[in-house]
Amino acid sequence: MNRLHRYQLADHAILILGILFLVTPLWVVFASSTYPAEYLIRHGLQVIPGDQLVETYWSVLTEKKGFTEQITAARMLLNSMILGVGFAIGKIAISMTAAYAIVYFRFPLGTFLFWVIFSTLLLPLEVRIIPSYKVVADLGLLNSYTGLIVPLIASATGTFFFRQFFRSVPEEVLEAAKLDGAGPIKFFIDILMPLSKTMMAALFIIMFVVGWNQYLWPLLMTTNDDYVTIVYGIKQVMQNLDESRIPEYNRGFALAVLALLPPIGIVLIFQKMFIKGLLESDK
Amino acid sequence: MKRVHFGHSPIPYVFVLPQMLIIGVFFLWPSFEAFRLSFFLEDPWGLSNQFVWFDNYWDVISDENYRAVFFSTVIFSAVVALLSIILALLFAVKVDGLLRLSSTYRPFLTWSYAIAPAVAGLIARFLYSPQIGPLYDFLNQFSTDTWFEPRLDAMDAWLVLASGSIWKQISVNFVFLVAGLQAIPRNVLEASLLDNPNGFRRFWSITLPLLAPTLFFLLVINISYAVFETFGVIDTVYPFGPPSGAQTLVYKVYVDGFKGADLGGSSAQSVILMVIVLLLTVVQFRYIEKRVHYT
Repeated sequence: MNRLHRYQLADHAILILGILFLVTPLWVVFASSTYPAEYLIRHGLQVIPGDQLVETYWSVLTEKKGFTEQITAARMLLNSMILGVGFAIGKIAISMTAAYAIVYFRFPLGTFLFWVIFSTLLLPLEVRIIPSYKVVADLGLLNSYTGLIVPLIASATGTFFFRQFFRSVPEEVLEAAKLDGAGPIKFFIDILMPLSKTMMAALFIIMFVVGWNQYLWPLLMTTNDDYVTIVYGIKQVMQNLDESRIPEYNRGFALAVLALLPPIGIVLIFQKMFIKGLLESDK
Repeated sequence: MKRVHFGHSPIPYVFVLPQMLIIGVFFLWPSFEAFRLSFFLEDPWGLSNQFVWFDNYWDVISDENYRAVFFSTVIFSAVVALLSIILALLFAVKVDGLLRLSSTYRPFLTWSYAIAPAVAGLIARFLYSPQIGPLYDFLNQFSTDTWFEPRLDAMDAWLVLASGSIWKQISVNFVFLVAGLQAIPRNVLEASLLDNPNGFRRFWSITLPLLAPTLFFLLVINISYAVFETFGVIDTVYPFGPPSGAQTLVYKVYVDGFKGADLGGSSAQSVILMVIVLLLTVVQFRYIEKRVHYT
């Protein structure tokens, strides 16, 4: 019994070290963001929070100065919110309807279309960024929310997620609905959508985080500061910090903390659903 | 496919149409363009386009620099994938072994999924910063000259990039591994407990083989993460470009195509990357078929 106890203690020690490994860097960044820039330059990063919390964050959120000459962090947060929510909703909408057609209908082009959708899994956006950029530029969609969101939606992960779920819905559901005289559209809206509520929520959480965290695509797409997302804003911070004489580290850190809060909040608050979504979307 | 279906109607076409349109415009068209451009040589002013057969591919493959980047991408991906899986496995096994309190630990090991690679890059950058970084001071305190210099030295740069990338990735693996461990039938574990009191050997000979499908799946996911998504880490740790020798294939596609305006060469690199992803996916699906077979 005593030996068992000691093993357990070692297990706890390992887990606590693991948590410290994950949490400490973020904590240090947060604590340091509450000091004046000059203090950080003289004394390095800080572990105990200082007294400039409100000042730093208020100035980052509301003032267009320093590295963010054209845009406030509040506006960047809004852009990220639009990207995250638009990406998640768009993805759920198109993939749910497509999966419905593929699972519940037998139509001549069905199998072919399924393989076309499937092929998008093979090539992530990163390997075709330059031609994608050209297409979006040709369509006049640079510096627009449409251009920011829609090209990111063109992948099949969501479709597979719903295909898997629809196939697990018992056959009797459709048989009963048909007996009651429900047509395809009524069945989709009145029966399948309510049944899919949890799945939609789970996918929404995953996709919101994925959309919010996009970096490379917004970087290419946005030349106008009005559309800068907060994650892309990080790069501008870095460039400015490298160039300025008294780098405003505190403001840079505050921006990083602001970029992290919404996705971390969602993951923690909806933890169960998040895990469900992650495990079933396989990414 | 269901046994019961709706009859013939135009409705399925209407329902797949939005996705097909988006895929057509933003996936098939650009993919085709990448393929087409990789056979052309565009002059720097974009005035003329010359069909050059496989010259771009030949230039890429025979370029020593490209081969070096290829090689370091392979090493970097392997290190990031393996270390983040191994660390996550350690935590998952420990959490799974705890009877009580295991649910207390879980959120603390899960939240970091939400960290964007670009933010991980920012944090790594400052922890290793010569001006204010504690890790920079720590690594340099053992010698009189500064032997750790991530702004100039490629190896040191890889250390910064890898630790940032691993730090962000542990939680994804943790979630999948905890689920994988929970799926192992309890009676199998109890039986093995009677046979084999040595905890490590039990883990090695029972738990690990049963976890193999999850581990294999994670290996594919992690390699693809390390190859593609770490762009955000590199580009924020080094907003003006990493020291020479510390870039990945995706970073090079971006630099050559956008900064260097070498469309043909960059497209040829894209197509080579596509082939790599294709191979990864084939491997992944062969394994998934196997898994379906077993259950």
